[in-house]
Amino acid sequence: MLEINGLRANIGENEILKGINLTVNKGEVHAVMGPNGSGKSTLAQVIAGHPAYEVTAGSVTYDGQDLLEMEPEERAQAGIFLAFQYPVEIPGVTNAYFLRSAYNAVRKARGEDEVDPLEFLDVMEEKMKLVDMDPSMLNRSVNAGFSGGEKKRNEIVQLAVLNPRLAILDETDSGLDIDALRIVADGVNKLRSPEKSAIVVTHYQRLLNYIVPDFVHVLAGGRIVRSGGKELALELEEHGYDWIQTHAPEAAGAARG
Amino acid sequence: MTATVTQPESPVHHYLESLDDLLTGKPGRVAELRVRAMDRFVALGFPSMKNEDWHYTSVAPIATRVFGRTSSAPAAPEVDVSPMLFGSPDWPRLVFVDGWFAPELSHVAESAGVRVSTLAALLAEGDSTDLARLGTIADHDNVAFTALNTALMQDGAVIQIGAGVEVEAPIHLVYVSTRPAPLCAVFPRNLLVLERSARATVIESYAGFGEESYLTVPVTEISLGEGAQLDHIKVQNEAPGAFHVGTIQARQERDSELHSFSYAAGAELSRTNVYTILDGQGASCTMNGMYMVSGLQHVDHQTRIEHAQPNTTSREIYKGILDGHSHGVFNGKVYVRPEAQKTDGKQSNNNLLLSDHARIDTKPQLEIFADDVKCTHGATVGRLDEVALFYMKSRGLDAEQARTLLIYAFAADVLEEIPVKAVRDALESAVFARVRGEELQVAGE
Repeated sequence: MLEINGLRANIGENEILKGINLTVNKGEVHAVMGPNGSGKSTLAQVIAGHPAYEVTAGSVTYDGQDLLEMEPEERAQAGIFLAFQYPVEIPGVTNAYFLRSAYNAVRKARGEDEVDPLEFLDVMEEKMKLVDMDPSMLNRSVNAGFSGGEKKRNEIVQLAVLNPRLAILDETDSGLDIDALRIVADGVNKLRSPEKSAIVVTHYQRLLNYIVPDFVHVLAGGRIVRSGGKELALELEEHGYDWIQTHAPEAAGAARG
Repeated sequence: MTATVTQPESPVHHYLESLDDLLTGKPGRVAELRVRAMDRFVALGFPSMKNEDWHYTSVAPIATRVFGRTSSAPAAPEVDVSPMLFGSPDWPRLVFVDGWFAPELSHVAESAGVRVSTLAALLAEGDSTDLARLGTIADHDNVAFTALNTALMQDGAVIQIGAGVEVEAPIHLVYVSTRPAPLCAVFPRNLLVLERSARATVIESYAGFGEESYLTVPVTEISLGEGAQLDHIKVQNEAPGAFHVGTIQARQERDSELHSFSYAAGAELSRTNVYTILDGQGASCTMNGMYMVSGLQHVDHQTRIEHAQPNTTSREIYKGILDGHSHGVFNGKVYVRPEAQKTDGKQSNNNLLLSDHARIDTKPQLEIFADDVKCTHGATVGRLDEVALFYMKSRGLDAEQARTLLIYAFAADVLEEIPVKAVRDALESAVFARVRGEELQVAGE
């Protein structure tokens, strides 16, 4: 589904990604872990098409298409979704309007009919139950004045509405208390299917107790320095990221999946 | 008629000559008012950019041209005003074509306690008592364009709402320029008097057709009695190439409420003054506005809220969207007199620049002479947030949709406060249309 080869990316003069190789197949959940500044959020944002990053080398293909040639909205329409680490506040645009616009944009791209506000309300009510979200948030401005937990839940509502084939969760666990974390993780788990894949970017192993990955990759200094199964996350939890640096920098990059 | 000597051939001299025509055979209070105002206009002259109130706006394109006053009403004007209308066609409507009342395009229903007449008709009757407040609110002594209007005012709406009378339907005043000749000037003058506890909504629309330059200098005087409430909306959507310098000036008695909204999207150069004095305890005003310009347009707003008595409240939000090489100016003054203790004032001006060449000069000002007040003010200038654009695109919205939605969101809070839903909807559509680069279809064009 997603194939990343030798990906290098800069922000300004700084090279953040220094040759990433990663393959994600249909139905797989990959965790990307790493210390602060390792480039894991950058990887998530580059896949989504953030304009602040410049790709200097390598390739990313998604279902055989050159992803790097696609606009962010084309990526979204093709089924890629990034749950932001810091969801953006858009005062003046209601959640309902924003979500319906996004939903219809994606449907239109798939050749499906757009839905009217009433039909959309039915879609929404079901999705909001997934993360225990109060329906009153539909009439509030997108993320404006939301608590950290509400913002993260709102990302998952969007994820559920847009129903992507590849979901990327960028530190969705940061700033969540344990109850909120469970709600968000349950929401994500209900969306898992053999047809869909996910990349879960996280600093902590905690989230992976709830969203159990098929593969774990450790990023350091802009490269994948270690890959393994879900037990790798537990080893990291026990030994810390320093352990990776000093211990077996094996197979840098050659992540399989 | 005036003692002041001015250079022959100058535009000021030209306006003096127009006055002479107006005074022939018409003695009385209004004639004296005209003479005094013209004296003041000649003494003040057109403001230069050295004048603090005009520091960022040059009126040279007006001052160096000779605009001719239209001297009579056009016969049976054939103008389609439907694009300028809002809401129900049943709303009372006074249409003025090239400055003169057009009865065939207007309709006013008689009702108890409501007097709606036109300035020209009242002037023809002689010194009508309905005009007693004319010239007593707008400052023709110090504001040159108000002086010019007062000297040369021709027609307009004179509306009086009796004590306790609540008028449900908005009264719509429509000013349309057809430019029957090059360089026409019109001087509309409105007088809105709401007696004690009266309530009304008045909408003023300005628009024009054709290609030639023209000048509109309207003045609206508003008198709000004790507990009176007026919603006043101005929609300035003059044709490209037009010059528009308008003033709305109110005096508010105890517990009265003025809700003013000024929208400016048209004209090559426009200046709108909105002034009020909160001259009784408990008086309050909401003074909002929005300007949206592009190309080489210049748009200027000057507002002044004078808190003259204790326990008065003001709320002000002006928002600007500037594209192309346009230039916006906002100068908002909140003035608190020494006796106006417990004043509560909030003022803000926010601007969104859509191009590297657009420019805004903003100057919110507080002048406070009382010591127990709560006043805040602020101004912002920004661009579209790139991260927010990316966020929206990452949800599948295309670049155009994301941009439109973000610009709309910027203006949303001030648009939402427009007190008449039909106007609110029309202006929201206008914002969407303008952002998409479509021709403006609301209230003119």
